[in-house]
Amino acid sequence: MRKGPCKMELLVASAIGIMTAAGLYLLLRLRTFPVILGISLLTYAVNVFLFASGRLTIGAPPVLRDDMTVYSDPLPQALVLTAIVISFGMTAVVVMIGLGAFLGSNDDHVDDQPEDTQ
Amino acid sequence: MTHWLIAPVVLPAMLAPFIVLAARYHIGIQRAFSVAGVVALIVISAALAWNASDGTVEIYQLGDWAAPFGIILVGDSLSTLMVLLTAVLALCVLLYAIGSEWDDRGTHFHALFQFQLMGIMGAFLTGDLFNLFVFFEVLLIASYGLMIHAGGTARLRAGVQYVLFNLIGSTLFLFALGSIYAETGTLNMADLAARVALIDPAETVGIRVASVLLLLVFAIKAAVVPLHFWLPSSYAEAPAPVAALFAIMTKVGGYAIIRVYTLIFPPDVEVTSGLHDLWLLPAALASLAIGMIGVLAAKRLDRLVAFAVIGSMAMVMVSIALFTPTGIAAALYYIVHSTLAAAALFLIADLVRTGRGNVELTAQAPMAGAALTAALFFIGAIAMAGLPPLSGFIGKLLVLDAAFDTDMMVWVWIIVLCSSLISILGFARAGSVLFWKAHSVTHSEDDLVMPRPTTLSYVAVGALIGLLTLHTVFAGQVHGYTTRIAATLFEPTAYSNAVLNTPGKLSKPKKEEEH
Repeated sequence: MRKGPCKMELLVASAIGIMTAAGLYLLLRLRTFPVILGISLLTYAVNVFLFASGRLTIGAPPVLRDDMTVYSDPLPQALVLTAIVISFGMTAVVVMIGLGAFLGSNDDHVDDQPEDTQ
Repeated sequence: MTHWLIAPVVLPAMLAPFIVLAARYHIGIQRAFSVAGVVALIVISAALAWNASDGTVEIYQLGDWAAPFGIILVGDSLSTLMVLLTAVLALCVLLYAIGSEWDDRGTHFHALFQFQLMGIMGAFLTGDLFNLFVFFEVLLIASYGLMIHAGGTARLRAGVQYVLFNLIGSTLFLFALGSIYAETGTLNMADLAARVALIDPAETVGIRVASVLLLLVFAIKAAVVPLHFWLPSSYAEAPAPVAALFAIMTKVGGYAIIRVYTLIFPPDVEVTSGLHDLWLLPAALASLAIGMIGVLAAKRLDRLVAFAVIGSMAMVMVSIALFTPTGIAAALYYIVHSTLAAAALFLIADLVRTGRGNVELTAQAPMAGAALTAALFFIGAIAMAGLPPLSGFIGKLLVLDAAFDTDMMVWVWIIVLCSSLISILGFARAGSVLFWKAHSVTHSEDDLVMPRPTTLSYVAVGALIGLLTLHTVFAGQVHGYTTRIAATLFEPTAYSNAVLNTPGKLSKPKKEEEH
């Protein structure tokens, strides 16, 4: 039915998949820095995923006019904008808290170390 | 349409920047405005709850755009009950923070506290799933600040874990929202309910994935095993008043599960069959067992209370997972009890910390103010463990009764009763080590003399205990009210009608989206 977007669909889908996989791998690391990188990759993946949830269209405006039959869904774009702002702010917060914890204890492990759980 | 419904969100949202900008260096002014704001919140939310108590569903259309295009706030009996509970809890916690001077040990306590309230109130009132995500983020980012209030390396390390775990939860939430939007083309809860019911049973892959992802997100918030690992360290390391306020945060997860899985994915919808009885109930029973065993195994009082929170939230989840009107009614009764009891115990743990400098469960010389603290701990432990005469006992009885005629009755009864016994042992051990064995230890010369907790601290804890007593005395009326709420949840036509059929000025209702 639609010939054009076929390559784009493959590209977008594999980009989401690869970023999610890499993000998950980094998330399971033990130290703060890779984990934060993993979270960032996951948020990139979810932003593209949200964007794709309104279906992929080429060359269609995100506004409704009277004589318009093809348009791209504007709502996911607004959702992605919100999600980008929030994830950016959250990442900044976790970097600052992680830095504080590292400077205080000279140790950047994410998990509890045996000596401080007792 | 009156504007009062948005007041619980707007009032803290205005107060917080005012406190930051105008009263940054004056702790006295901050305290006055913070307390005044919370008292006003109690009055407003009591009026909203009174208004909704006869079954009216009040809605507020932001910008006068009708659903499903505009964002709406919905005040039905369930959400106004939770809003009122939050406001009352906030006042007790705030009084304790002022009385114990926790608010003066770091900066911006009151501003963050107000932002936190804004997020919680918004999460309870919103009628839109994406808006729920936004309010979750508001309450989370305020909670990150509160969690590391007053600093300290141990607290920062626990804070990193807390923030990372919640960031993963937020990402999952976005994935769930994306798949829901891709499947249905809407995020308004009432509109979703109508559209999910229309989905062809043969093509449910996408919506099934979405509903499981959404359940995972709310289960992280509600600390259901195996997604509970963030809770013990972060609640134990958080400042005591903050941990007490966080007692409502696990309930936000419980509330979201009740709302979404009665309205959008009710138990009789084929799309999500098996989710509640096959997955949620066993997980809730496992968290009940693990929480209560944690109570017995804890070596510090604050970790003991944190595990008690997991256990009592698990009681709520067991009751919710039955997904019957009696189960939801019992869960709502238990939510009120569990919030008040958990907050009281976190504050009592801080009274112990003030009186003797640490919360290790080892025999040490008697603490300052031991008699009164011991009495409060005794009452709080009775309430949390579910012994008669307090509301924990009545709540457990209601849950057991709701499970009586279900298939899982044997498992629910065995695990609830055994875990109650274990938690009684755990609390009894903690109390006897803290308060009785202390008399066999004499003060040594180099012990620091610790101050007695202030009167206002005791008043705040006493108020929570008093509320628990009221919750027990008026159990009949409260349970009658929660039964009526549960009945409206299983007959959501009033909710859907109010949301979808109220015209806005700027758009026509019922205009179909094209896809």
